[in-house]
Amino acid sequence: MSAAATSADEETPWRRLHPRMLLVHPLHELVRALPLLVATLVVGVSTGEGGLWSLVASAGAVLLGPLRWYTTQYRITPKQVQLRRGLVQRQVTAVPRERVRSIDVTAHLLHRMLGLARVEIGTGSNERGAEGRLKLDALRAADADRVRAELFRTDMDGPRARELAAFQPAWLRYAPLNVGGPVLLGLLAVLLNEVHLEPWDTAPAHALADQLRGAHPWTGVLEAVLVAVVCTTTASTLFYAVMFGNFRLSRLPDGALQTAHGLLTTRTVTVEERRIRGVEIGETLPVRALGGARCVAVTTGLRPGRGGGTLLVPSAPVAEVRRLAGEALGDAGPVECALTPHPRKALRRRIVRAVTVGVAVAALFAAAVRWSSLPVWPWPAVAAVLPVAVLVAFDAYRSLGHAQAGPYLVGRSGVLVRRRWALSRQGVVGLRLRRSFFQRRAGLVTFIATTAAGRRRYTLPDLDVAEAVRIAREVTPGLLDPFLTPAAAATGAVGDEALPHARSARSGTRSAGEG
Amino acid sequence: MSVVQAGAPELRPPAHRLDRRVVRYWTLRAGGGWLLLLVAQSVWLLLAHDGRRDAHLVALLVTAVVGVAHTCVMPSWRYRVHRWEATPDALFTQTGWLVEDRRIAPVSRIQTVDTTRGPLEQVLGLTNVTVTTASAAGPLIIQGLDHTTASELVAELTRLAQDTEDDAT
Repeated sequence: MSAAATSADEETPWRRLHPRMLLVHPLHELVRALPLLVATLVVGVSTGEGGLWSLVASAGAVLLGPLRWYTTQYRITPKQVQLRRGLVQRQVTAVPRERVRSIDVTAHLLHRMLGLARVEIGTGSNERGAEGRLKLDALRAADADRVRAELFRTDMDGPRARELAAFQPAWLRYAPLNVGGPVLLGLLAVLLNEVHLEPWDTAPAHALADQLRGAHPWTGVLEAVLVAVVCTTTASTLFYAVMFGNFRLSRLPDGALQTAHGLLTTRTVTVEERRIRGVEIGETLPVRALGGARCVAVTTGLRPGRGGGTLLVPSAPVAEVRRLAGEALGDAGPVECALTPHPRKALRRRIVRAVTVGVAVAALFAAAVRWSSLPVWPWPAVAAVLPVAVLVAFDAYRSLGHAQAGPYLVGRSGVLVRRRWALSRQGVVGLRLRRSFFQRRAGLVTFIATTAAGRRRYTLPDLDVAEAVRIAREVTPGLLDPFLTPAAAATGAVGDEALPHARSARSGTRSAGEG
Repeated sequence: MSVVQAGAPELRPPAHRLDRRVVRYWTLRAGGGWLLLLVAQSVWLLLAHDGRRDAHLVALLVTAVVGVAHTCVMPSWRYRVHRWEATPDALFTQTGWLVEDRRIAPVSRIQTVDTTRGPLEQVLGLTNVTVTTASAAGPLIIQGLDHTTASELVAELTRLAQDTEDDAT
């Protein structure tokens, strides 16, 4: 039987990427080289040797395109996905189909104009580089869909996908609070700089600046702030609208979740539900203030470290986000359940930390005033901020919580970004218990579950030691049992004194200076 | 077993200590690092011609005091904390000194077992064992075992880990 499978593997014909992709790379290079071309040809600016060389490089890339197309082939055999490329050094990447975790179909504007799409196949590999992913750049859009259906063994003529959520204009109210705007503005500035266009060097800008300088200094500052706020708000809203204006989350009939979004660059990400190890609901402080949140699915096989997983819902009302997170897990429990607060000692730690840091910084500034020519105002300013720091400490404590809901471990923490995560027990590959010097004195411990998915580590800060052990025993049943002692020796404080009652037959080395 | 005080069972530290020679290793390494810094600072002090010699001197003194304290205290403190234990089902390590870090990994989730030996460790006859799981966060590192213990542990873990397939990725 296995022989039959192998021969079937061998018989599967190789397929090429779409020839229209030959147009994509040259155009891409052209667009990139455009500012330079304009500068050299039209304006007649000499950009020196560097410019010339980059043009040569672009030309080279254009010429190499057909070669790359010719040498790149892929096929999906009954057992593997294989990608073959390279002319001189031929390279075959084979991934067992069992390992395929997610499929990401992206189409940039250029792709879309040509009816193409890029397919990225995510595998369970944990490597940081691109090793764990196969990239097919690019296929005909319909072929991309077919590859996805083939890999997830979906019947393309079967029942349709069920839509779980779609973008609503009301979601736009969270858009100005996203960080995308400032980033976009920065990119725009870089781009303008690249093509030697400087809007701040034009007559209206100068007029504005003169006006600002002429007015009362405070009005000037106010106006500048206003301009900045209006700019970033517009940019953020625009960014959000372009990214998520047509967002859809749906469940495919074969048990996969699919998100699709993007007005310009479209992106469709499909994840098998049985590979989802949990969810994470994140609320940045401003979005939280408006009752919003976003949600990612904790998965393996996607680019590690990027927001902790696959985006499930962009910034949207928290009730809607919770509903969808529950849908993704197939169980609303981990998302909705009440959380156990952490011990009051955790609050004390946070307050002490805020006050200590505040006082130290204020003292530093005060000392600097005494011994150098620094202005006087910073240290009273820092002192004035102290009450705010204490409030933040209270909020940080209020955020802390944990629970166990079915097979999921649930935790929540954070102020600037408050995150509530639910991690499936079967995804946990290790436990860590960290205790700093001060935590040992307070009898607290930080519990960390490590996993191959999402953020790789999920942390419950400042738990009671007994509670941490209890959670550990539930998350990994039986794992801790050989290392447990009855609490008979407990004298209230748990610290380094725990060492002596752990006599082991084999630790026969001298232990001078102990106890 | 009756427990007089109400309370849950406690996690005890792992059973085995490191090889005693690791204290010498930590001392040499910490001392060497501080000595380098002191030499650099002294050179700077000698080369400085302006009137800030006293500031340099104070900095040098602070480095010396902190360095000596760290080199004297850290290694033996570390030695008291660092421990390890392997059972057929789990590997358990405890490391750190100011911040104590306990790590437990199911043997079934172990992906790689490596040994490393730096030049100084070779001279002292020490071996480090690094055990990774599918998570990029938190490999288990047992620093400073003697060669035989290390190779026995590696052989044992490799044998046990091979028996399992699922690494939860």
